[in-house]
Amino acid sequence: MDHLPTLVTEARQAIQAAESIAALDELRVRFLGKKGEITAQLKSLGKLPAAERPAAGERINQAKQALADELDARRQALSKAALEAQLAAERVDVTLPGRGQASGGLHPVTLTLERIEGLFHRIGYDVAVGPEVEDDYHNFEALNIPAHHPARGMADTFYFDATRLLRTHTSPVQVRTMKSQEPPIRIVCPGRVYRSDSDLTHTPMFHQVEGLLVDEDVSFADLKGTIEDFLHAFFERDDLSVRFRPSYFPFTEPSAEVDIQCVMCSGDGCRVCSHSGWLEVMGCGMVHPEVFRHSGIDSERFKGFAFGMGAERLAMLRYGVNDLRMFFDNDLRFLRQFA
Amino acid sequence: MKFSEQWLREWVSPQLGVQGLADQITMAGLEVDAIEPVAASFSGVVVAEVIAKQQHPDADKLSVCQVNDGGAEPVQVVCGAPNVAVGQKVPFARVGAVLPGDFKIKKAKLRGAESRGMICSASELGLAEETSAGILELPADAPAGEDFRHWMGLEDHTVEVDLTPNRGDCLSLKGLAREVGVLNRLALTPPANQPVAATHDETFPVRVEDAERCPRYIGRLIKGVDVTAATPLWMVERLRRSGIRSIDPVVDVTNYVMLELGQPLHAFDRANLHGAVVVRLAREGERLVLLDGQEITLDASTLVIADERGPLAIAGVMGGEDSGVGPATRDIFLESAFFSPLAVAGQARSYGLHTDASHRFERGVDPEATGEAVERATALLLEITGGEPGPLIEVASEAHLPGRREVTLRSARLEQALSKALPGDEVLDILTRLGMEVRTTAEGWQAGVPSWRFDIAIEEDLIEEVARIHGYNLLPVRRPSARLALRPDHEARTPLARLRRQMVARGYQEAVTYSFVAPELQQALLPEAVSPRLANPISSDLAVMRASLFPGLIRALEYNLNRQQTRVRLFETGLVFRGELDELEQTPMFGALVCGSRYPEGWAGGREKVDFFDLKGDLESLIAMGGEQGAWRFEPGEHPALHPGQSARILHRGEAVGWIGALHPGVKGELGLKAEVFLFEVRQDALAHGRLPAFTPLSRYPEVRRDLAFLLGDDRPVQALLDCVRQQAGQWLQELRLFDVYQGKGVPEGSKSVALGLTWQHPSRTLNDEEINQLVDAIVAESHQHLGAELRG
Repeated sequence: MDHLPTLVTEARQAIQAAESIAALDELRVRFLGKKGEITAQLKSLGKLPAAERPAAGERINQAKQALADELDARRQALSKAALEAQLAAERVDVTLPGRGQASGGLHPVTLTLERIEGLFHRIGYDVAVGPEVEDDYHNFEALNIPAHHPARGMADTFYFDATRLLRTHTSPVQVRTMKSQEPPIRIVCPGRVYRSDSDLTHTPMFHQVEGLLVDEDVSFADLKGTIEDFLHAFFERDDLSVRFRPSYFPFTEPSAEVDIQCVMCSGDGCRVCSHSGWLEVMGCGMVHPEVFRHSGIDSERFKGFAFGMGAERLAMLRYGVNDLRMFFDNDLRFLRQFA
Repeated sequence: MKFSEQWLREWVSPQLGVQGLADQITMAGLEVDAIEPVAASFSGVVVAEVIAKQQHPDADKLSVCQVNDGGAEPVQVVCGAPNVAVGQKVPFARVGAVLPGDFKIKKAKLRGAESRGMICSASELGLAEETSAGILELPADAPAGEDFRHWMGLEDHTVEVDLTPNRGDCLSLKGLAREVGVLNRLALTPPANQPVAATHDETFPVRVEDAERCPRYIGRLIKGVDVTAATPLWMVERLRRSGIRSIDPVVDVTNYVMLELGQPLHAFDRANLHGAVVVRLAREGERLVLLDGQEITLDASTLVIADERGPLAIAGVMGGEDSGVGPATRDIFLESAFFSPLAVAGQARSYGLHTDASHRFERGVDPEATGEAVERATALLLEITGGEPGPLIEVASEAHLPGRREVTLRSARLEQALSKALPGDEVLDILTRLGMEVRTTAEGWQAGVPSWRFDIAIEEDLIEEVARIHGYNLLPVRRPSARLALRPDHEARTPLARLRRQMVARGYQEAVTYSFVAPELQQALLPEAVSPRLANPISSDLAVMRASLFPGLIRALEYNLNRQQTRVRLFETGLVFRGELDELEQTPMFGALVCGSRYPEGWAGGREKVDFFDLKGDLESLIAMGGEQGAWRFEPGEHPALHPGQSARILHRGEAVGWIGALHPGVKGELGLKAEVFLFEVRQDALAHGRLPAFTPLSRYPEVRRDLAFLLGDDRPVQALLDCVRQQAGQWLQELRLFDVYQGKGVPEGSKSVALGLTWQHPSRTLNDEEINQLVDAIVAESHQHLGAELRG
């Protein structure tokens, strides 16, 4: 008798019960394979009368197709479930920190020096450097500070012998540059300087940036403009008040100290500015003719200005550091704050 | 220099408060450092007269006084001061007064005697630093009942001005007043100072043997002075407000005149002068006991005041003990001289001294005011100590006195310097007010410089004066213009900034350590290093210049280890100093130090300790930035600070440029370090050296890879094998990768297995097996022959 319906029912139940792709593959072979049970039905068509064959054939093919569709559907459902299971199993806690080396950081003095160099480099200044063990001539004589000049008492100098010393400022680089280069000259000279002084507000070593511009027709107005622009740019404050106070450096004339409105209290007066509302941040002036003479530059034709600032002082104001000595302790807890 | 506001106002008194005055002179270049009230705050103190004094019945050291404080009735007060006496004028704190330190005066009973107030000492009123021995005695003409603060003028300020070395002319009330007068267009009202008529004609011989150093010397004998007389309170107060302690009337008067007029004076005891006063250079080795008691040995560059027996004083610096004035002195020889700045400059410092006199003479004292000061001092002395003045004794050499300088100021130059055309009248006015004798010329001005201005000699000096008095902040502002010329830029060089950032990316913090280090530490690390030693170090552990970055980095490591920072990765850049001074090399170096775990402590492992190869990898990453890895070599080497089995000399193009290694266990022991420490330092110029990228066409033909494992003797560096392989591998070798080094099971004792991956590729054809086999055969043969390396099966 025709047991196709029974067979189909059985196959359907088996497909629905299958729990793996492998089981489905087995069912496909069992029912639809070359030697499969449905295929066997087709082969037995020959036993039917010729008139019944087309109809029976069609019924079998339909059943076959239906089972094939059902197998595919079940297969898709199973793969989807398998993928979902895999995804669930592979979940990670994305809030865990990443792996590997953590970044370090640059020293705040380097950050400050690079910032100053960068600002000046962008308007055409070159960076110049010089030796730190200097001689008396470049550190003093050529800067119009002869022996026994009272200004030598202004900087407590570290000496090696009668004429060799640790530079007390970056100004010797000015001299070295002017001797080796023709105007126009535009340089900034960052570097370590040394003074025999150690207390709450002094360390025996610190950093300066010296700037020098020599050209024809340079005036005190150019110096004022350059310094004002620099301070506005450095502190990112266009409204920062800047004032120029007459002062004295043997290697410049006229000379000035530059004060800015206190960046801590905006000029209202605080501990940092000794309640004056002003902070002294740098010294500057027009290059003294005597310095030009030592450097072989004609002071009637060329004029120049120079300025010098302490990097630590600017770093303290910029980053709010309240103790100069921390710059040289190299405490990692301090250094990491500037990453 | 410190001065009293009121004292200045006697000379010149602009319509400005003390702060306004301070701001004004600060902005003229005389920077005010501090403004302090001259007396602490107190109230309820009046001038009183002691009208009766009785011994306290029950206390030996107390007396019961009646004082007239200006009220209707005398006030009874118990006083413990030994010097209280009837008829004295005293400062008297009434009941209800509040003294400095918030000390309130109340009615009290002292051993049974009622006391309604307190007679005060100078220290109780905050007018003396040291505790006073007795009450403050006021002059007889002090009016009883007058408010003491008012009567003493205590609503005054001490102004401290930090003068730059060029402005020696402002080291006096006269000089400061001159400046304030200029700024406010005010005339000065100096105290009267008339020449004192001699009352006897006795002189004392003065011989100036060095007129260049001492162009003018003035002396005067004053006979019969009483040095035990008390300096008047007003003078003691002015000195105190100027930061000078009262000593005796002679010293006080010389100090007072120095403050007032800027001329240092010295008084000798006539009785201790023998033969003549001689101004001469010291003879080498002469000895002198100074006023402060220290004995010095003079050298031949020092100008001294001597007599026929020997030196009495260092000219312009300090007097000697033996010739000084004391209580027994009867006759004094008063000296006022002009010593040239160069004669005094450096002298005080060379004997470890710094005095008010040397400070002034070094900067220049007005050579035309020498006599004025003697007259002023004589007059003041006569008032206080009495005495008979003799005539002035003056020895001067016009030829050696600073001549009058004439300086030209061209108006075009002034305008160019300031980018502003100042009206001629203003320039003339400024220069004239500064005391110059100005002549207008076709080009500008010709200025005769006043005798007190040692800082004006050239045109720029005048430009500065004009700018300063006009006001820097009123001058224009402009930006320099320059030609937009490109400058060369060397692309092949790696800038230091990039190298630094590479280290930062690899987890390092940048350190900045002192360039001078402890000699012992440097000695321990680099026993053979020679580097300059400071003659005057600030401390013994910052005494020698670093010959390496290692000492500073190790100190920084210790600092952090002592603060529970166990993982330390630091780098530093800077100069190291090698050699004797005469052939000193100052070399920019790049150094680093690591200690602790490989990675920061975390959930994902990495807690193993760093080793040599971690640090070497970091250094190689710097080297790779130059793109010239082939120019670099690491060869085993011995360095005193480094572990001999874990240290390498770093070569760049065959030149030794640095070291890398583990800190030597012996050195670690000496330093008390327990953790493993690895360091490198290498010359910056080598790291900066790189090459321009140069393109090679990509081959379209397949690569051939062969992996070869060799057994290599333990004593053979892998580098030798790599060199040998590379040499034999032919020109088409693209890559030589070392992918395994193994020792242990399966590898004979004394050997290591080194696995190499070789990749060949030809630019224009496919390489065939046969040619590769030939290369491999050659590699195997050569490495066997030269290095004893065996190919593993």
